Amino acid sequence: MQRSLHMEPSLCTGCLQCEMACSFEHEGEFIPARSRIRVFEFEHGRTSVPYTCTQCVEAWCMKACPTNAISIDSDLGAKLVSAQACVGCKACVSACPFGTIEFNPFSGKVDKCDLCGGDPQCVAACPTDAITYVDAGASGVGRMASAAQQINQETAS
Amino acid sequence: MSWQGKILRVNLTTHEITPEALNMEWAKDYIGERGLGTKYLWENMDPKADAMAPDNVLIFATGPLTGTNASTSGRYAVITKSPLTGAIACSNSGGKFGAELKYAGFDLLLVEGRSENPVYLLIEGDEISLAPAEKIWGKTVWETDEWIKKQHHNPMLKIATIGIAGERGARYASVVNDLHRAAGRSGVGTVMGSKNLKAVAVRGTGGVRVKDPKRFMTVTQEMKNLLAEHTGGLTKYGTNAMMDTMQEFGGLPTRNFQEVQFEGADKVDAKAMMKTDDTGHTNLLTNKACFGCTIACGRIAHIRQDHFTIQNRKEYWHASGGLEYETAFAFGPVIGVDDIDACTFAGYLMNEHGIDPISFGVTLAAAMELFEMGVITTEDTDGVPLNFGNAEALTVMAEKTGKQEGFGVMLGLGSRLMCEKYGHPELSMTVKGQEFAGYDSRALQGMGLGYATGNRGACHLKHDTFEVDMDDQTGDGKADPCKTSQDWTAAVDSSGLCMFTMGAWGAPEFAAQLDADSEGDWTAERLMESGERIWNLERMFNLAAGLTKADDTLPERLLKDPAPSGTAKGKVNELDKMLPEYYDLRGWSEDGVPTDDTLGRLGLG
Repeated sequence: MQRSLHMEPSLCTGCLQCEMACSFEHEGEFIPARSRIRVFEFEHGRTSVPYTCTQCVEAWCMKACPTNAISIDSDLGAKLVSAQACVGCKACVSACPFGTIEFNPFSGKVDKCDLCGGDPQCVAACPTDAITYVDAGASGVGRMASAAQQINQETAS
Repeated sequence: MSWQGKILRVNLTTHEITPEALNMEWAKDYIGERGLGTKYLWENMDPKADAMAPDNVLIFATGPLTGTNASTSGRYAVITKSPLTGAIACSNSGGKFGAELKYAGFDLLLVEGRSENPVYLLIEGDEISLAPAEKIWGKTVWETDEWIKKQHHNPMLKIATIGIAGERGARYASVVNDLHRAAGRSGVGTVMGSKNLKAVAVRGTGGVRVKDPKRFMTVTQEMKNLLAEHTGGLTKYGTNAMMDTMQEFGGLPTRNFQEVQFEGADKVDAKAMMKTDDTGHTNLLTNKACFGCTIACGRIAHIRQDHFTIQNRKEYWHASGGLEYETAFAFGPVIGVDDIDACTFAGYLMNEHGIDPISFGVTLAAAMELFEMGVITTEDTDGVPLNFGNAEALTVMAEKTGKQEGFGVMLGLGSRLMCEKYGHPELSMTVKGQEFAGYDSRALQGMGLGYATGNRGACHLKHDTFEVDMDDQTGDGKADPCKTSQDWTAAVDSSGLCMFTMGAWGAPEFAAQLDADSEGDWTAERLMESGERIWNLERMFNLAAGLTKADDTLPERLLKDPAPSGTAKGKVNELDKMLPEYYDLRGWSEDGVPTDDTLGRLGLG
């Protein structure tokens, strides 16, 4: 089963544990500026929204890369950047409509979410289950269930 | 290790900005944040200096755990000499600013001198400068935050700023970061304003490394799990769950401490915030975490759009920081107001203009008592009747104090000076000139001792005798838990973590995290000893500044007027019994001065 990261902003408190877990996993230190997942706040913190690469099937980054540095992990569905092949040209950065692949000025390569080899550390670190790693074919089920419950209540009343 | 090993010295008189090496010996003796900042203050200024003079020093200090993934790791503290008390000021805050400072490569900022013109300090990676602030001088906290981010095309900047109150010298102005988190108490924002420093804006793109990463990840995860077992109530209800406890117990200061229970408590408590009214409005929208915090006790609320305070002011039709226990107390019981929307709006105004809500509310309470006694009239108060319970008086005066207009200038002096001016010093509910928090010293005896001996004046955050006070309402045996918890809280405040973890973590739990984090061979014993050292150094600062034993006292109302109701009905605070025992336990003379033996034992001789 292919899984994908599922974000539920209504559960996010904006604690940024995901950013620290991600950066620690990939950089060996707590460096949120290099986290592949980021949390954005709106209206004085009324909402906090985590966001990262959604692993597009027909990925803009992959198609834009002139050195074929981006490949698909067929098990996970993740798009992975080969550090050997990446020349830091940033074509992928321009191509990605979501901004979720980013140039790293320290390494001269690009960084993106790689799903931590199937054990995403942001998910493990999230204290409120605002980020979960779920069946990619059923990530909307939770919200459908909530909507259905509402209809159920209206029907019952 | 998690220290960056670097501090930034900013001289506002000369506009020189100098990075310096962090003194690691001091970090080992004083832990970080509150303790380390106190040591830097002690070594860099004369405690006798006027708090508003250029030779006062203003320090922003992070702790060793700030910016790591330990839960609640977003804390920083502002340390300086207080213009409200003349004593040491140490106010800490959460939000994201503290961690950002660490990521920018600095453990501590030390600001000295005074700039000729208003400036703000910009730290954007390795570009550091003092930029002209004329365009934001006179702007609110929220406008300043927005302006600086736009000016530098950098929405990722984290900003700590003062509002208008701090610019204009209100004595209890706060430093507000991330829009609604504040280093609130003792006028640290007033000092910032006196230096013509409007804001500090930081973007940090570096990282924090810990001493033993593998051990650190294991222990911080265990500690998060433990924390989750103990803090469910804080997450769900926030700190304002305390309102009901204090109301029931009879420790809820009401109408300027004339009473200890408030008939309208259930209209401004945590449950009232969660209740949906008949128009479908619910005050509380969601809870909110500071950086790294897995508790998330912060409240995000909104005000009814048809409420008199904002019905014609659309600019306030948005969500923002909601009521915590202390703000609910300061805008509710202590001034007799039970209008949750007015209280919430007053909270917005505190953050927007940079004022300490506790000092403001308790000063307004004294003004209301003066008004009801007929000492002041509407001629003094810009035509506003300052009766207890008047919600409009609360919000009008909050705004006037924030902008330092009309009677707000008088309120901005704080309760001690205001009451002296009107010839009624006995109405000022303060210690060392700082206003009380929402716990009455007649019902909570040890709390009274903690208030009286507080190094920054009356404060509920620098000791923790809550449980022993609830169990026994005499002054017996309170000196020891007061002293021990003062030392312990000093250690917690110096770690970079939040004291709201204290219900789940004791000294061994803190030591385990700290020892995996940074150098110092941290044990529970070393932490406690460091806490005691910090407390005594703060005391030495105050003694050198001219404070004496006479300042370790409570207002007569709490020592002579018995509590009129509640579990402590008929009781007064037994300070005269507790204080000598406390001095003795501390190893201080009868005059409250640390003995040579005590100083020698703590390495302060």
